[in-house]
Amino acid sequence: MSDTSAPVTRKRFVRWLLGTSVGGLVAAVLYPVTRYIIPPKVGESAASSVTLPFPPTEIAKNTGRIFKFGNKPGIILRTPNGDLRAFTAVCTHLGCTVQYRSDLSEIWCACHNGTYDLNGRNISGPPPKPLTPFDVRVRGTQIVVSRKA
Amino acid sequence: MKPSVQGVREGTMRVVHWLDERFGASELLGPLAKKKEVPVHKHTFWYYLGGMVLFLFILQVSTGVLLLFYYRPSAEGAYESVQFLMSDVRFGWLIRSIHAWGANLMIFMMFVHLFSVFLLKAYRKPRELTWMTGMALFGVVLGLGFTGYLLPWNTLSYFATRVGTEIPGVLPVVGHFLLTVMRGGDDVTGATLTRFYALHVSVLPGLCFLIISLHVFLVQRHGMSVPPSVARAGGPKGSVKFFPNFLLHDLMGWLAMLACLASLAAFLPAHLGTKADPFGSAPAGIKPEWYFMFMFETLKLLPSYIFGIAGDIVGIVGFGLVGALLFLVPFIDRGESRTVSRVWTAAGMAMILYIVAFTVLGYLVSGAPGT
Repeated sequence: MSDTSAPVTRKRFVRWLLGTSVGGLVAAVLYPVTRYIIPPKVGESAASSVTLPFPPTEIAKNTGRIFKFGNKPGIILRTPNGDLRAFTAVCTHLGCTVQYRSDLSEIWCACHNGTYDLNGRNISGPPPKPLTPFDVRVRGTQIVVSRKA
Repeated sequence: MKPSVQGVREGTMRVVHWLDERFGASELLGPLAKKKEVPVHKHTFWYYLGGMVLFLFILQVSTGVLLLFYYRPSAEGAYESVQFLMSDVRFGWLIRSIHAWGANLMIFMMFVHLFSVFLLKAYRKPRELTWMTGMALFGVVLGLGFTGYLLPWNTLSYFATRVGTEIPGVLPVVGHFLLTVMRGGDDVTGATLTRFYALHVSVLPGLCFLIISLHVFLVQRHGMSVPPSVARAGGPKGSVKFFPNFLLHDLMGWLAMLACLASLAAFLPAHLGTKADPFGSAPAGIKPEWYFMFMFETLKLLPSYIFGIAGDIVGIVGFGLVGALLFLVPFIDRGESRTVSRVWTAAGMAMILYIVAFTVLGYLVSGAPGT
């Protein structure tokens, strides 16, 4: 406590003044640099639906294909029964892109051997959550995939 | 338990001492700091310029690294990445503007440093190599300016690079080869951009770092040169310790420079212009960076033939010869003759006048729109 009650000497006054100036300078340099390094948010694709660049006839029964949904991959597949279904293709485990395994009729992630069934439910391996399903509509020769409302 | 100021200070000293026991820095640097002295006389001011250039170089490296975080070196993405940096990245405009202004000021300070050393005859024995490493640094820094100018890939920089790489192209025999190597092909394209990028961010800064180390080592080894005029008048008035006296002044100068740069960046931020279009025509009033202006203007004013030789070849070879002469001046003016010494002083003055006059002329003539 003796520090604060003692009279302020000229030396201490100048030292404080210089110390705070240097502190101010360091802050004035560090603040913009830190803000600069943190990347600005790039608006996530606002698109709620995409029209796929291939016709429904290109997806045979028991096959699947990856498409771009905004800036994330999606997977579209035709079940052995002939239904078209689409899900996000980002594995819920560690974010790899999944693929369709015709031999198993399952969605499979090559990174850690996770599998999902044809409804996108995680059925074996490490994935903790199911894949998010999309709505699929066929309009003539076009497939339109959209987020579920 | 509130830590007292005294306690913090003692703790810090203990850490410093612990580190010093391992590194032995005080054994190494202590005697050096004690020994280094700077002579005081009426020309002492000029001793600060080398340090100023060094400070600006450090600033260029730091801001340059930050720019690399967002820059994409391709003809398709470069302009857009700089645009993103200027408009979306927080303080992106500040970092880029400081880098652009810092480059200009660094080159300006190098001109002043070069000519002050030249006029004070500090290049004489035993400082020949100090001078030559300095001249080499000057060349490398001009190269950094030239290569960096292209990177935003805007109209102005694109055409400045077209013209700049065309210049060595007019030389006989090696001209076309040089042009192709510089451009990475016959034209300025994305291939030129990646080449300039590699040079600008890796080759030239690395070279700079090496030569600066050599240059600073030589300055340290030989101490500050006392100008002949001061030596004749009975030597310097005295000297000050480099550490801490001179260094304190250095730091104050650096701080003032940083403040200058921040103000310039805030009030006159760097422009981006329009994206380069290799199939568009060159805009009116196209001109190089100011430090190439005097050479650009000379080449423009030379007649197309001088004694049967193409005018631009005479110009380029002429500038090359003057550069070589400057580089070798320590071996021509050894300080043995007052007459030779005076001739070189006059030559230095003439060069400064020439550079200033032709730079001003360049801006007066080509600066007007529509010319």
